[in-house]
Formats: sequence, C-alpha cells, structure tokens
Amino acid sequence: MIRRFEERAGQLYGMGLIGGFCHLYIGQEAVVVGLQGNVIDADTLITTYRDHGHMLASGMDPKGVMAELTGRIDGYSRGKGGSMHMFSREKGFFGGHGIVGASVPIGTGLAFSHKYNEDGGVNFCYFGDGATNQGQVYEAFNMAALWKLPVIYVIENNKYGMGTSIERASASIDLYRRGEAYGIPGKVVDGMDVAAVYKAGQEAVEYVRGGNGPIILEMKTYRYRGHSMSDPAKYRSKEELAKMRGEHDPIDRLRFKLLEDKALDDEAFKEMDKAIKARVTESAEFAQASPEPDPSELFTDVLRDVA
Amino acid sequence: MATEILMPALSPTMTEGTLSKWMVKEGDSVVAGDIIAEIETDKATMELEAVDEGTIGKLLVAEGTEGVDVNVPIAVVLEEGEDASAIVVSAAPQKPAASEHVTEAESVAVVKQPAAPKPVFDVDEPDLGETAEITVREALRDAMAEEMRKDEAVFLMGEEVAEYQGAYKVSQGLLEEFSGKRVIDTPITEQGFAGLGVGAAFGNLKPIIEFMTFNFAMQAIDQIINSAAKTLYMSGGQMGCSIVFRGPNGAASRVGAQHSQCYGAWYAHIPGHKVVAPWSGADAKGLMKAAIRDPNPVIVLENELLYGTKFDVPTSDEYVLPIGKAKIEREGTDVTITAFTIMVGKALEAAEQLAEQGISAEVINLRSLRPLDTETIIKSVQKTNRCVSCEEGFPFSGIGAEISAQIMENAFDWLDAPVARVTGVDVPMPYAANLEKLALPQVEHIVEAAKAACYRD
Repeated sequence: MIRRFEERAGQLYGMGLIGGFCHLYIGQEAVVVGLQGNVIDADTLITTYRDHGHMLASGMDPKGVMAELTGRIDGYSRGKGGSMHMFSREKGFFGGHGIVGASVPIGTGLAFSHKYNEDGGVNFCYFGDGATNQGQVYEAFNMAALWKLPVIYVIENNKYGMGTSIERASASIDLYRRGEAYGIPGKVVDGMDVAAVYKAGQEAVEYVRGGNGPIILEMKTYRYRGHSMSDPAKYRSKEELAKMRGEHDPIDRLRFKLLEDKALDDEAFKEMDKAIKARVTESAEFAQASPEPDPSELFTDVLRDVA
Repeated sequence: MATEILMPALSPTMTEGTLSKWMVKEGDSVVAGDIIAEIETDKATMELEAVDEGTIGKLLVAEGTEGVDVNVPIAVVLEEGEDASAIVVSAAPQKPAASEHVTEAESVAVVKQPAAPKPVFDVDEPDLGETAEITVREALRDAMAEEMRKDEAVFLMGEEVAEYQGAYKVSQGLLEEFSGKRVIDTPITEQGFAGLGVGAAFGNLKPIIEFMTFNFAMQAIDQIINSAAKTLYMSGGQMGCSIVFRGPNGAASRVGAQHSQCYGAWYAHIPGHKVVAPWSGADAKGLMKAAIRDPNPVIVLENELLYGTKFDVPTSDEYVLPIGKAKIEREGTDVTITAFTIMVGKALEAAEQLAEQGISAEVINLRSLRPLDTETIIKSVQKTNRCVSCEEGFPFSGIGAEISAQIMENAFDWLDAPVARVTGVDVPMPYAANLEKLALPQVEHIVEAAKAACYRD
C-alpha cells in the first residue's frame, strides 16, 4: 500500500498537482510496517517529514493523506499543512514535522504525558540518521533516561542526510550507540526485513512498557528515491541502488518468504496488488476532485477560541 | 487501458524540461520503478520511473527534445493484452499546474486581511474585589498554585523550579504542595524541555514552562514558534497546544548584553500564540491565570526588577484578566503614553511630573502585546491627538514601530504631532553602571518626548 501510494504521489507531483517539497518513503516501508504490528491504542507516533508511510501504517485514510498532498480541503490539515505537516489525534499520529530534530523532544514530551497520565502508552519517536547530529536530540535522550519515559527512539538510517552520506556527516556511525552516555540501550535491526523489525519492536515495547525508560532501535534501511522529488541523488552509485533494490527489497523479501512458506500464492498477491492499486487510484481521484480550501480558510485555525 | 506518461514536474519550480534520453524502446516491458527516461530540469538531471507495469507502446517525444512542457504526454504504456491500436493520444496537453497557479494568485489578491483594529473584547475591567498587599512574585506563584489546584493537567517545569524553590523564588512552596510529579526540575537544556513541554501539551497536558530568563529561551525559540505556535494552523485546527512559556524578560541590573534584552517585539511578531506582559501584581495574577486557562500557547513576559514590588492584589481565585485588553492606568487629555511591564511604572511617574507642568497625560498599560488592544490606543489618541510609545527593547521594528503604524493607519487625521518612541538604545546592553543607565529609557526621556509632542519645552 505504502509503495503504491508513494509511486502515485510521485506521479501527481510530476503532474504539478502536489507542490513544494515531497519526500517519498519508497524502500523504507518495512520499518514502520514492522513496528506498527506492536502498537496498542494508547500509543502515539511522531516522525519527521518523510511521513506518508507512517500515516498510512497508523491507519489514516489514504484519501485524506493524498488530498492534503494536493492541498485540498478534504486533506487531513484542510490543505494547510502539506506533505510534511499532517496529524491525526484519532489514530495517535502526532505529525509530520518539518524541522530536523525538533520532533524528538516533542515525542519525548508525548512520552512524558503517557507517564503523567499513567495510560500505559508508549511513544514511537521516528527520525533519520541526519537528525542524530542535532543537539536537541541528546537533550531529549537525557531527560527521557533521567525520568524513565516510555519512548522508543527509532532511527531510520537510510545512509544519507539529504545528499551527505553518514560517513561524511557523523564521527561515529554506530547510531544505536548514541544513547550510551545516558544509559539508553540500543539495537541494530535490518530495516529491510519486516519480520526482524517486528520482532525487535516486540522486545523494545516490552522493555519500555515495563517502566525501564527509553530504548533506541537503529533501523538499517534505504530510500530508493532522492531526498525529495527534486533530488537526482547523484551522490550514490547506480550499482548501490540496484543492489539494494534487487537483493534487499522489503516487499519482495516478504513475498518470497510467504511463497516459500506457502502462506500465500502468486494469485493471491496479484489480487492484493490489484485491490491496493484500486484504493490508491481512488485516493488520487478523490484528491484531485476535492476543492481547494475556500479563501476564508486563510484566517481560520490560527488560534483557538477561549471557552 | 493504455496510459499516457506525461512530462513530469520534478522540482517545485519546473515548467518545462529537456527529454535527454530514453532508457527504454517501444515494445520493452517495464515494471513499476524501472527507469524509463532521463529528464533535465531547471535544477538537475533526473531519472523518470515507470509507475505501473506494462509494455512501452509508443514514445511520443524524441530523445534530445528541449522545452517539453510539463504534463505533455511523452509516451504510452500498454497493459497486458493490449496492442498499439489501443493508443489514442490526447489532442491537447493538460496544464492543471499552470492554470491552478493563476487561480491561486487571483484568489490571494482578493482575500483581504480582516480589518484592523478589530475589537478583541468588549468587556469592562474586572473589579479587584478583596485585596491583599503582596509582591508580584507572590501574585505569580498564587496564580499558578490556584490553577494547579483546579486542574490536574497543569504542571510547572523548568530550571530550579522545584528543590531550589525558583531561581527568583517565584515557585516558592509549590514543590511541597504539588510534589515532584507536577513541579519538575529540568537539566539546563532549554530547547529540549521547551520541546518536551510542547509534546506534553499535544498529549493534553497543560505545561507551564519557566525559562530562568527569556534570554535563555533563544535556545528554544524554534520549539516555541515552529512547534507550539504553528501546529494548530498546520493541522487544520486538529492539534492545539495549551502551554505557557514564562519567565523574566528585559533588562535586569548590571548583567550585560546576553542577559538583558526585551523580547516583546520578537514574540509579538508571530501569529499562532499570545503574548502578555504584566506590570502590577493584579496584572501578574490575572494574566497568568488567563494564560494557563487559554487553549493556545501564551508567552508571559515578566520582569525581574518588579518581582519584589508590592501591589494590592485580588485574593479571589477567579480574578482572571482578558488577554488582548489594555488598561488605562491614568486618564488624561493632552497626550497618550503607551507602555508595558516595567515601563508602565516609569510612564506613571512621567505623567505625575507632566501634570506638575500642566500637561495631562493618559497612560495605557498595554498588558497584552498580541493581540494588541489597538482599539483602546486609537480611542485615546483620538482624544489626545498625541502619542508617546515606551519600551525597553530596541527601537528598530519594535512595539513602538507597530503602534505608530497602527495610529497612522487608523487615526492619521487626529494626529497633531508625530508619534514619538522612547526605547532602549540601539546597542547591546553595556555592563558599566553609567552606560547601562544611558542605554535604558528613563522617566525623563518620556517627559521630554511628551513635552515635544505637545510642542512645549
């Protein structure tokens, strides 16, 4: 679903229907899909701007997501947020944040509210390898460890912070060890293997829900597309991309595994793909048919009325 | 059904591009993700991927063609079982991008800002009722304590707020009453705990985030503005963030440039939150309570030098001031003097001296910088025909600049003299006692400015 949705979003961007920045999740799908298998209703999720996959995996309606991408009134933010800023309180999805690193203290604050309210929830705080060099990330790590806050820091290490490879940006590339100074345990996970992600998530959730404080999961993953739609990704070789795509694609790997286990056959996959494509087409049509926000919307939602 | 591949826009600004190279030929089968062409945009050479699987039926644009408009069909892909006879090329290229942008531009041009000044509140100044003489420090503490008693979701977080009882003793006694769960000492990490507060507010708590001084909130200003103030709008009204950022603002005494600055104009500039600046003890109590109850982010700019000043403060725990309403502290007929926080005291002193010289000054305590009570200012200027704006901050793009623009826009014909600004001097705050005094606006500056506006010497 995420793959097909993102392909279509890329296409709508190409048609000029989606504007501004648009960061696609293609290649990284196993991370959020694997972890969401461990989520309960009380949990919350927060991420940065490569967020379409997280929204769909949180159960948000692809129609509302696509309509936000096209800047229409039926979008999750009434057309006022765009690709990087969408939210659904109902689904526990707290954005969608455009400032690298800023969502980490916010996610830690959501974890603070879980603990304060004793609601049993955990915050899944996703960010990229690029954000791990931001100072505020460590301010948040410190407080989360100090106060034993229920937060799982998910570092989606796709090897590039925009066009700069992790080796050129980080003095230490073992990102799972970035919490050591605060006593936060960390783990490396094959983020291209949905089963491995699920299992790591299960263990992490058990640890964090048990009141032991935060944990870090470093997901080794890969984005097939450029950083955003306007990035030609010249900083990496075609061979590197082809290898990841050919040998490590998370969807292919899951498909082969299920075929091998005879859990599903080819026919069933085709049916599934067809149904997903139909849903994506429906969301794309919906997103183009939905009207642009009324000009009066320009001045709404700036402040809440005082009761 | 055969599908057309259109010339894609591959950057936010691209309108046409060069089809540099086809990576496929007619008859090739492709699956989603296969690279089919290289396209040169205004920014870079990009690869175009197939979105669906199928067979390339026809390449419509030759390799090397320059200036291909966005959304022009460049190839046709056939589905399984189709042959080339299924190809029907659209006659006219679709141009949704271009036409929509025109509509957008037009619609922006016709949308007008809601007319200013908009009356924010049509309410009377609430009665003080029974009062007690206490310090501003105690008034702030009482306001927080009363609201914490009322609402379990309210908590206080900041450096030294708990065990130390507040760096300036504002939170004295709160830890004992509310325990460490609700009165929380943080590490010295402003950006981190401000962001954590925003997250807690998204989680339906009502944080009061204390900055030891607003100078240190500069470390956290991204979280205050980008995360707290903008998220309600960016979420189409879904998220909201009921949070108070408070602490002493402005110049203290002999602490140098990094610890002495007024941030009134900085925060007042931003839509999506409110900014209040109390002067008296009643202001402090009433505005702090309003800030905590407000469903939006509210910045409370206190002043260290006022913490120890005593005022008659209402004892009622329902004394709440409306945010956005100024108070006329002293009525007058000859000149309007606007001021906020510590400058209100200086303005009142100046009014006293002016009265001795036969000039009747009206002193407006702004109380709130966003929303600014322009209505009260304009009404006063329509009566006095003169205005002196006072603030501790720098003159450039300051609150006085805004007040002066508002008066020009709304009361131009009533003015008998140019609006005067009494501000801090346009330099970083010096340390030396004599230089610091010269850098700060004093009572005599207000008196001089008011006399000049009245053409008296």
